Amino acid sequence: MTISPHLDRRFREAALALELVDLGFDVVESPIGPLFVAASHQGLASISFDARPEAHLEKLARVAGPRVLRSPKSVDATRLELDEYFEGRRRAFDLTLDLRGLPAFTLSVLRELARVPYGETTTYGALAAKAGHPRAARAVGTVMNRNRIPIVLPCHRVVGADGSLVGYGGGLDIKAKLLELEGWL
Amino acid sequence: MTKMHAVPTIPPFERFYGQHRVEVMRLLRRRLGGERADDAFQETFLRALQAYGRLDHAEHLRAWVLTIARNVAIDTLRRSQPIAGPVDPPVEDERPAYEELAPLTDGLPPKERAAVVLRYGYDLPYDRIAFAIGSTPAAARQAASTGVRRLRKRRNLQ
Repeated sequence: MTISPHLDRRFREAALALELVDLGFDVVESPIGPLFVAASHQGLASISFDARPEAHLEKLARVAGPRVLRSPKSVDATRLELDEYFEGRRRAFDLTLDLRGLPAFTLSVLRELARVPYGETTTYGALAAKAGHPRAARAVGTVMNRNRIPIVLPCHRVVGADGSLVGYGGGLDIKAKLLELEGWL
Repeated sequence: MTKMHAVPTIPPFERFYGQHRVEVMRLLRRRLGGERADDAFQETFLRALQAYGRLDHAEHLRAWVLTIARNVAIDTLRRSQPIAGPVDPPVEDERPAYEELAPLTDGLPPKERAAVVLRYGYDLPYDRIAFAIGSTPAAARQAASTGVRRLRKRRNLQ
């Protein structure tokens, strides 16, 4: 026996409308491949290049609560802004972010990261200095590596002191594509 | 106090829904037929979702959601037969969630039966039982104790 897609969708929409969902997620198509996207009532909580939901659900439930449900509508705002970004019609995101559970150092680095403009890059060292920890370039690298909301928090705009791309959670080819889209490469 | 066995953590709701939705739908179709089962299906998982954030452990989730489904089915039947008398105790499912207590609690009114089984068969706290049977913790406690009194009386008569 199967549950009809119509009934399944109706339940998911009702759950969201009744505010019974701690975190909604969906898989969003993009020119760089499918993306896993999750959002809570506080805002966008996660974007991942690993589009398999099962890779993320437990970890997200520990932060946001166990009521994690696939719900296309919950990520509509993110889907729209990502579409505009990939079409070159959006240079800055207006989404609110859910950064619950992150330590103070991480938050201070991400705050500076969010200020790096479209089409420009900075270095790990420069970002560390702006966050008030000039010797913490390596720790900044770790924060970039663990960035829960890539693209929107633009860790692809952070490169090595010599201009090399260094590394990226989604792979260097994706980092290059994003910088190309923004006209830096 | 430390428990000797590992208590499973509460799975993300998506996983819980994926695991139990077919069985819930099967139960509801059996009791209500196609069209009414669809509404009852949504109601069952909305009730479960409402209580889900307050669960303190992940044991007996299957028994719990099937009890919610049974009670939604009872509510549905009751609504469609407003002048009928007391609802018959539910027919036994193919795979009852409470095999052991089933023969003992046969013949109790549905809510009392559910409360007795969840309390004494599964050791669930009254707030969870309340959500499962769609009432308050106080009423769940009342239903369990009335049920036990009724069983005791019946045993004394035998």
